[in-house]
Amino acid sequence: MKQVHLICIGCPLGCPLTAELEDREVRSVTGNTCKNGEKYARKELTHPTRIVTSTVRVSGGELAMVSVKTASDIPKDQIFDCIHALKDVEVPAPISMGQVILPNVAGTGVDIVATKAVRRSRAGS
Amino acid sequence: MQNYDLVIIGGGPAGLAAAVAARNAGIENLLILERDRELGGILNQCIHNGFGLHTFREELTGPEYAGRFIEQVQTLGIPYKLNTMVLDLAADKTITAMSREDGLFRLQPKAVILAMGCRERPRGALNIPGYRPAGIYTAGTAQRLVNMEGFLPGRKVVILGSGDIGLIMARRMTLEGAQVQVVAELMPYSGGLKRNIVQCLDDFGIPLKLSHTVVDIQGRERVEGITLARVENGKPVPGTEEHYDCDTLLLSCGLIPENELSRAAGVAISPVTNGPTVNESLETSIPGVFAAGNVLHVHDLVDYVSEEAAAAGRHAAALIRTGQQVSGRTLPIRCRDGVRYTVPTSIRPEALDPDGTVTLRFRVDGVYRDKRIVVLAGSQPIFSRKRPVLAPGEMETVQLKSRLILDCPDVGELTVKLEDA
Amino acid sequence: MIYDTIIIGGGVSGTAVARELSRYTGKLCVVERCEDVCCGTSKANSAIVHAGFDAKPGSLMAKLNVAGSKTMAALSRELDFPYRQIGSLVLCWDEAQRPQLEHLYRQGLENGVEGLEILSGDQVRAMEPHVTQNCVAALWAPSAGIVCPFGMTFALAENAARNGAEFRFDTTVTGLARADGLWQVQTDRGILQARTVVNAAGVYAARLHNLVSSHPLHITPRKGEYCLLDKQAGSHVSHTIFQLPGKLGKGVLVTPTVHGNLLLGPTATDIEDFEGVNTTAQGLEAVLRTAALSVDNLPTRQIITSFAGLRAHEDGHEFVLGEVSDAPGFFDCAGIESPGLSSAPAIGILLAEQVAAKLGLSRRADFVPTRKGIVNPAALSFKARQALVRDNPAYGQIICRCESVTEGEILDAIRRTPGARSLDGVKRRTRAGMGRCQGGFCAPRVLELLSRELGVPMDQLTKAGGGSRLIAGTNKDSV
Repeated sequence: MKQVHLICIGCPLGCPLTAELEDREVRSVTGNTCKNGEKYARKELTHPTRIVTSTVRVSGGELAMVSVKTASDIPKDQIFDCIHALKDVEVPAPISMGQVILPNVAGTGVDIVATKAVRRSRAGS
Repeated sequence: MQNYDLVIIGGGPAGLAAAVAARNAGIENLLILERDRELGGILNQCIHNGFGLHTFREELTGPEYAGRFIEQVQTLGIPYKLNTMVLDLAADKTITAMSREDGLFRLQPKAVILAMGCRERPRGALNIPGYRPAGIYTAGTAQRLVNMEGFLPGRKVVILGSGDIGLIMARRMTLEGAQVQVVAELMPYSGGLKRNIVQCLDDFGIPLKLSHTVVDIQGRERVEGITLARVENGKPVPGTEEHYDCDTLLLSCGLIPENELSRAAGVAISPVTNGPTVNESLETSIPGVFAAGNVLHVHDLVDYVSEEAAAAGRHAAALIRTGQQVSGRTLPIRCRDGVRYTVPTSIRPEALDPDGTVTLRFRVDGVYRDKRIVVLAGSQPIFSRKRPVLAPGEMETVQLKSRLILDCPDVGELTVKLEDA
Repeated sequence: MIYDTIIIGGGVSGTAVARELSRYTGKLCVVERCEDVCCGTSKANSAIVHAGFDAKPGSLMAKLNVAGSKTMAALSRELDFPYRQIGSLVLCWDEAQRPQLEHLYRQGLENGVEGLEILSGDQVRAMEPHVTQNCVAALWAPSAGIVCPFGMTFALAENAARNGAEFRFDTTVTGLARADGLWQVQTDRGILQARTVVNAAGVYAARLHNLVSSHPLHITPRKGEYCLLDKQAGSHVSHTIFQLPGKLGKGVLVTPTVHGNLLLGPTATDIEDFEGVNTTAQGLEAVLRTAALSVDNLPTRQIITSFAGLRAHEDGHEFVLGEVSDAPGFFDCAGIESPGLSSAPAIGILLAEQVAAKLGLSRRADFVPTRKGIVNPAALSFKARQALVRDNPAYGQIICRCESVTEGEILDAIRRTPGARSLDGVKRRTRAGMGRCQGGFCAPRVLELLSRELGVPMDQLTKAGGGSRLIAGTNKDSV
């Protein structure tokens, strides 16, 4: 039996978790103050995931950039694949909040969505 | 001079929540003044997730969190002016403001809510020796450049200070293609949330060096490197210097409430928080001038900013509706044994809703384990709660039943302190 | 193009000479190695107009300091730069040092300084409540003042430009030679020719001098470190407070600035490095420790920046002014350390007269003696400011929150001649970024304005010229 210490990233509390592992399987989780803590520890020790946030360029908008995120968490080891996929993306304004910017990013099955609305530039460029 | 019942200075999370609450409490004639080009304040550049778990039970990015409130403001038809800078606030609540569209104008509302937020401590405040080349930015300035304008301020980065913005920017710069070498923190503990150390530093293998500071900056035109040293008792230890090649130094060394207007108006300012001293209604030393959010004291979570600002909005609305100040006793709140400050700094029992609660927020002055938060009325304990860990990076909140205070009519003060559990 | 005069160095001395020489008919050029005027010693000093009791009677320093100080008020009105006569105090902490104070007093009288008085400790504390209890007496000099060294240098430069002086920036003088009866000024951008040269190259003036003369000069960069405090601390003292030089060293001053900040410093350390404008932990610590000897309760938590400047200390501690005996037509303006800023107006007049006489120039009939500075909207009445914004809405857009600087002021700064081309150029002209957040909020917006006005891409813009680029690239350009 192996003990692993983790900090839960589920919420700002940052609970210190202790997980017991046997043959790469999580036997128990302690230290969590809610059920999300246990879920987090199990996931983190088997297939860790993250929400990725970034920006992409906007054309013809009131703002130069629009903030985006993965609509749900993606495998942690695919964070940089996701960033690569966003490298040359440019989206024309107007953009609405939640609009899909890039479907199925890096083959994760997760869409990249806008987290902000951007209006068309008044200059009309 | 156009007259309003309520003017809210600042259209960030505090101002938006205050406006919504005041409108919901029946104030029709109100106005938000925002200096930037859009509502939402600093949340617009905080594109990371982690906001709103408390308020909306889901994890939102900064712009999304702001968007929820902006939508309410728009649905309620609350008027606001963008690109409008308040130049002066007078003791009689006269506001002098200016914008391109409206020119220079004055307002004299019945009540004002200060919601100007905070700013970052600059390099000078840290008095770091060395050259003054290009490439030294506060983390927030870098955040604006990267997240709003799409510009990378540098490629090889050292970050001084482990406040949340610094941690968040370590990840942002990494994902945008920069190489973040190290985060140094003067104190023996991080100033940011633990989750941010995990997902912003640990995820990317960025080391965090506690009890370290920058003792020299090299490079005459652009930063070429910095020297870190270990710190003991607040002083760098000779012989522990380590050099890092870098073209950028980001500073995340604390936030300071932005109270220029408050000071000009004569609002009493706490030397501990650098924010106004307020009573239970979040009203400053000037009757009818309220404060909420980071202008009052620096918060750790925006959810608490919204909550506090909504309370300020309701209290301002109550004052406008009744047109009357509460009279009667004022109980100062003392801080002791690890408690640095409290907001509010005083309570007027007469102003309390007998069936309601009053919220005390505070921070501690160091890392404590196995303590109790204790509130005394006079010398009588009226509240006690166990806390396994307390840290300066996190704000503590105590909800006190008004009844507990009203039941002690003879006490002259309240005290908040830590005790061994 | 053959110039009548090339002035090497666009600091306060060089621009003062340029302005005074622009009264004459000659063709004039200022050659500056940096991207703007006021980039060397002139930008990092105590910003004091000394009364003139420090210098040895009969010296050029004494004569020109008193003359400069006496004309400063009129010049500040003529050229519209910030100057305030607030008076200075030299504190004496020890009865045993009183003779030294009296010596300064007599020296001042001899130099022609007006209004000097020796005050008791109690009189001093009545004027300055924060002066420490151990002050037993002080020399009061009501004619001393404070000035904005940037504002003064820009005013001189703009007025010179208005009257025909040319400015060449980013141009470093690499050699000097005589050919065809002319000075061949070799630069990294080619050779310039002139009948006369004025050497106002600050800490580098000795190097240039030694290229043309067999009577060498020697200048040591003497570093001075300073701390600048927030405007909230600006009223901690209301006069310039000096210390009597004594066993504790040269002493540092505590003074309000014309913009309402509080300035502490300088230290005095001779260094080898002519570019060594780095601050040091020991230096900054010494500033705070020594300043605390004069004034109690210094609000040192309100430091907003620290900086270091280099004084051009000539071995003889005297201004070296005038035509070099073995280099006809080559005029030194060297060894300009304190009271150099105070003396600059008088230095300008003196050298301009000498150069004009050498060249046989006559006065121009169309000389314009006045210059208007960038409008300070905060100083206007409500009505006047309202009108300003109505006429030009750019004055309604605040860019720098801390110092309340508007887009209108920044655009004016960029469009002037010589105009701002960098973040520091805008900062020194308008104070955008000079306040308590030190450019945190406004830097990105000032960059946008510079980029738009100058037509320079963001990643080419600099903090202060040269390689001081502010932006390294764009998001994901290297992923």
